[in-house]
Amino acid sequence: MKLHLKRPRLSHQDRHGLITGLLFISPWIVGFLVFRVVPFFMSLYFSFTFYPVLESPTWIGLANYRNLLTDGRFISGLYNTAYYALFAVPLGACFGILLAMLLNMKVKGLSIWRTIFYLPSITPVVATALVWLWMFNPRGGIINYVLSLVGIRGPGWLGSPEWAKPALILMSLWGVGTAVVIYLAALQDVPRELTEAAQLDGANAGQQIWFVTLPMISPVILFTLITGLIGAFQYFTEVHVMTGGTGSPADSTLMMSIYLWQSAFQFFKMGYASAQAWIMFVIVVIFTVILFRVSGRVVYYGGR
Amino acid sequence: MASQTSAVALSQDGQHRHSARYRVFHGTAEVAKYVALVFFSAFFILPWVWMVSTSLKNPQELVVWPPIWIPNPIRWDNYVQAFAQAEFSVYVLNTLKIAIPSVIAAVLSNSLVAYGFARVRWPGRDAVFALVLATLILPGFVTFIPLYIIFHRLGWVNTYAPLVIPVFFANPFFVFLLRQFFMGLPIELSDAAKVDGASELAIFWRIILPLAKPALAVVALFQFIGSWNDYFGPLIYLNDKALYTVSLGIANMRTTYGFMNFAWIMAATVMSVVPIIVLFFFAQRLFIEGIALTGLKG
Repeated sequence: MKLHLKRPRLSHQDRHGLITGLLFISPWIVGFLVFRVVPFFMSLYFSFTFYPVLESPTWIGLANYRNLLTDGRFISGLYNTAYYALFAVPLGACFGILLAMLLNMKVKGLSIWRTIFYLPSITPVVATALVWLWMFNPRGGIINYVLSLVGIRGPGWLGSPEWAKPALILMSLWGVGTAVVIYLAALQDVPRELTEAAQLDGANAGQQIWFVTLPMISPVILFTLITGLIGAFQYFTEVHVMTGGTGSPADSTLMMSIYLWQSAFQFFKMGYASAQAWIMFVIVVIFTVILFRVSGRVVYYGGR
Repeated sequence: MASQTSAVALSQDGQHRHSARYRVFHGTAEVAKYVALVFFSAFFILPWVWMVSTSLKNPQELVVWPPIWIPNPIRWDNYVQAFAQAEFSVYVLNTLKIAIPSVIAAVLSNSLVAYGFARVRWPGRDAVFALVLATLILPGFVTFIPLYIIFHRLGWVNTYAPLVIPVFFANPFFVFLLRQFFMGLPIELSDAAKVDGASELAIFWRIILPLAKPALAVVALFQFIGSWNDYFGPLIYLNDKALYTVSLGIANMRTTYGFMNFAWIMAATVMSVVPIIVLFFFAQRLFIEGIALTGLKG
């Protein structure tokens, strides 16, 4: 119908292009509607229902959301996820930039160093989780051994409610390689004349980085922060593998995603789980908007 | 930063103007650079060494303090056990049953869609492409419960269909990557073919796709790795152990066999990583360029 209404305003060529273009992108259109739009609204609807998976959903209004506000495990999940995101995302960005800057200093054997940093990030997450699980093991694990070499008595890591999240954050730094490659590509695009000019004006190395290099790669930093944030909110596999899906000890690694999975696939409360998904979604959207707003003042888009 | 300092000094004054003090500073910075690289590399390499070392230990050696790096004797048998106890070969076969169709689906669907955005001119194209990019931000957890219920109704739970079928309908990340590549190809190629009366589909298939092989290879690689590494999808859709993938199978070994047999689990883990590493070394440039491409205009 819409096509008919618009027809008088489109030239023959436009119309031909439109039909061809839509045909080419039709796999995306179908996928977008079937796998994104429809489930998106279904999940919104489910979030207002009581839906034990074997029966059909019954409308219960805001009850799921009200219950979540007083659900201690949901609050724990919120706290643990925020804790993880708050540390893992900025630390990952700083560590990634640091490594990329090191690599950008005309080092010999660049591709070897880059491979060393990059390989962990394409390793199956399950493999990563299992290896680190064994590295964190207080009995015979390598991390506490390395710490003992410098005279530190290591904590119980994944067995300790205080140290389990720091352990996960440390482990997340092992997967920073993708970001390193992205930052390095961005750094290599920074015109050398800019830092040279700054240097002629008397800027020291730190000032060159702060006032020239970082602003030049700021769009890429924003990109990695946003994708990192979304990733952190969906942080699931590592915890699921390392704790057998429990979020132990004492719910200290119970992420929002883990509780969501438990609610849906262990307790079969699809409505309750959908409400959690929507709260997560709203939080992610709010943080993305904040990042974009803040970045509007900080990020430099090359005069665009 | 020292090397940049030296670059400026070189380009301006030539090497002879380097003072002794500068050379000492420069030398120290140069050494510091490599010390830092080695230090950080140790952090990245240690887990690999630990993985291989653990996979070759006997149960007693697993919990010895101080930890042993080189087991004695080296227990290759752990690898045999990974096949015997955990049916590792079944997991590999199952994973390939998902990964290979997914690779074909991803290459076909994403190149079609990217072509529609990159090389066909139509009203509203850029607005629709912005929508494609916006869906990158939509987190998967919002949609997975309804999707699970839909696939359940279709009788697809406990089959590979939920893991493969969606791949046929394009992925915003790959569309973005291929679109960038297609836009870089000269428009004259298409114009010349159009003068000869070729249809858009013919141009896509006979001219653009053959030129886009490197970009298609990047998509194929990333999709293969994505399917090989996926955990969440198999976890919720596959209940029958005979259908388990490598990732799911290994994770399941951990709950089944526990800590005393951790060496078997590590042996299976090593084997799950090897294909990915081999792929990386064969296609290193594709990886690096593909990643860099996606980050550039984010």
